[in-house]
Amino acid sequence: MSTLTMEEHPIESERAPAAGAHLEAVGVSAWFGSHKVLERVSLEMPPGVVTALIGPSGCGKSTFLRTLNRMHETIPAAKFGGEVHLNGEDIYDSGRRITETRRSIGMVFQKPNPFPAMSIGENVLAGPKLNGTRVSRSDRDSLVERSLTRAGLWNEVKDRLHMPGGALSGGQQQRLCIARSLAVDPDILLMDEPCSALDPGSTNVIERTIGELKDEVTIVIVTHNMQQAARVSQQSAFFLATDGRPGVIVESGTTEQLFGDPQDQRTSDYVNGKFG
Amino acid sequence: MTVIDIESRLVEPAGDEPRVIDAGLSREDKVFHGSVRTIGFVVLAIFGAIGAFLGYQSIPTFSHYGLSFLTETAWNPELDQVGMAAVIVGTFQVALVAIVVSLPLALLTALYISEYAPQRLKTALVSLVDLMAAVPSIVYGLWGFALLQEHAKGVARWLSQYLGWIPFFSTDTDPDAALWAQSQFTGSAFIAGLAVSMMTIPLACAVMRGVFDQAPVGEREAAVALGATRWGVIRSVVLPFGRGGIIGGSMLGLGRALGETIAVLLIISPAYDIKWSVVEVGTQTTSALIAGLFGEATSFQLSALLTAGFVLFVITLVVNMIAAVFVGRSRSGSITEA
Repeated sequence: MSTLTMEEHPIESERAPAAGAHLEAVGVSAWFGSHKVLERVSLEMPPGVVTALIGPSGCGKSTFLRTLNRMHETIPAAKFGGEVHLNGEDIYDSGRRITETRRSIGMVFQKPNPFPAMSIGENVLAGPKLNGTRVSRSDRDSLVERSLTRAGLWNEVKDRLHMPGGALSGGQQQRLCIARSLAVDPDILLMDEPCSALDPGSTNVIERTIGELKDEVTIVIVTHNMQQAARVSQQSAFFLATDGRPGVIVESGTTEQLFGDPQDQRTSDYVNGKFG
Repeated sequence: MTVIDIESRLVEPAGDEPRVIDAGLSREDKVFHGSVRTIGFVVLAIFGAIGAFLGYQSIPTFSHYGLSFLTETAWNPELDQVGMAAVIVGTFQVALVAIVVSLPLALLTALYISEYAPQRLKTALVSLVDLMAAVPSIVYGLWGFALLQEHAKGVARWLSQYLGWIPFFSTDTDPDAALWAQSQFTGSAFIAGLAVSMMTIPLACAVMRGVFDQAPVGEREAAVALGATRWGVIRSVVLPFGRGGIIGGSMLGLGRALGETIAVLLIISPAYDIKWSVVEVGTQTTSALIAGLFGEATSFQLSALLTAGFVLFVITLVVNMIAAVFVGRSRSGSITEA
């Protein structure tokens, strides 16, 4: 099996480069009830760049990711402070429709979660249907094909689009979920440990998919796997919560710098596997 | 590398027997296991004995009337005309009215409680619906007779006026008459069914809510993250997942409605004819028949009533078994929960 690294991968010429949006978290804090899990976290996530959020368990990186598309507030007693700017506009602004915000900032979860009662094709089309977007019958097939192709699943499922999504393998289900997220044409794609439940082969395919998507969609990925962060991302942020204090970003910068020449001792210890 | 010769594998080596392994239940476990199993079997035995008793008591009636006991409409023990045809039809009419009314109410209540209600209201509503199930059926009967009937007969007339072309809502009188025959719309399967629906709503609602609450969080989040509204989550995740619970809950309600006695007895005017109309006066249900005639029954009439009880027992048993199958299959979303 040949593995493509980011540098070797050819950029597809028919797609407009850097179509992703600019996302910026400004002083984000988060609570569950009275327990504060994030404190004044700021991070810029520019288009065309994959941002990796790394750090030990319980450091708030997943919570931070969920504040970026307002999934955080779906948990009872969850509270939020700060601002998240999508192309300069605060997504928590009361004038914005929350459903539209979530449509433009897609999310892929740790555990693959296709809709089991729906076929593979219906899963891909679930987003437009839920958004009330009319997709004409002729466009439907091309949307399914395009989304599945972008997620790197098309060749494996093109002959069985009517089969239930739950019948696929774990790695295929996760790529189906990526295809489903892409079908609503998001500007941002948030990925919460998308490969932690998958085998190395599936992980490899998804990492390649991330590399192919990064010029079209701004990607932010939470990962426990430091090799993965080094492979897929160009920018990294290291989260840490110590002694019951809320999580903060200890250090952020280019992935190369964070892994090769960390400025903070704690970052150095973490990326070199001394704790975590 | 070890190579096993095919020839030698054809001969089973001597002394290769499955080993007897001690299941290893401790003495406490054995005692508990035994007593729980005994109690379980006692419950089953009592249930079976009730069925066997009713079946045994039905033998004289069935041998006397034969199958005409199920096809005869009249219930005239004095004329030796006894049959359950009209009664069974009436039983199902009351039960179906109850289900048609309670299904949407129970479904929407369950959806509100599980999907929309804020946490504090949710707890209150759950206990309120449970409380609804705790109200004695005689209270619902009195409510239906003394309060509901006065108002419901106007609804029955309206149904007859505008939907009279549907056999269920047709009447012999002219509902458009200025002085309409009010008594023609009382004591009907429709009004009894409305009262019974008050008792099936909490049951159906509790089953549906239980299933909706189990809808997988992962799928809900998937829908929300795609930009779904709450209604979108309900449509794409909760309802497909809970379909078995909706059907099963309704069937359990149907089982309850089929056996409901006292509320029906208070409301209906007994009549032993098979008719489509549910809004017109006069019907009879199996349980109300038994309760109504039990007091002054001779020993042979008693046998006929016990036979009616046996028929009801079998019908509700079948309905509840079908309901159990649907509820048991309702975890349709479990494929993703590896």
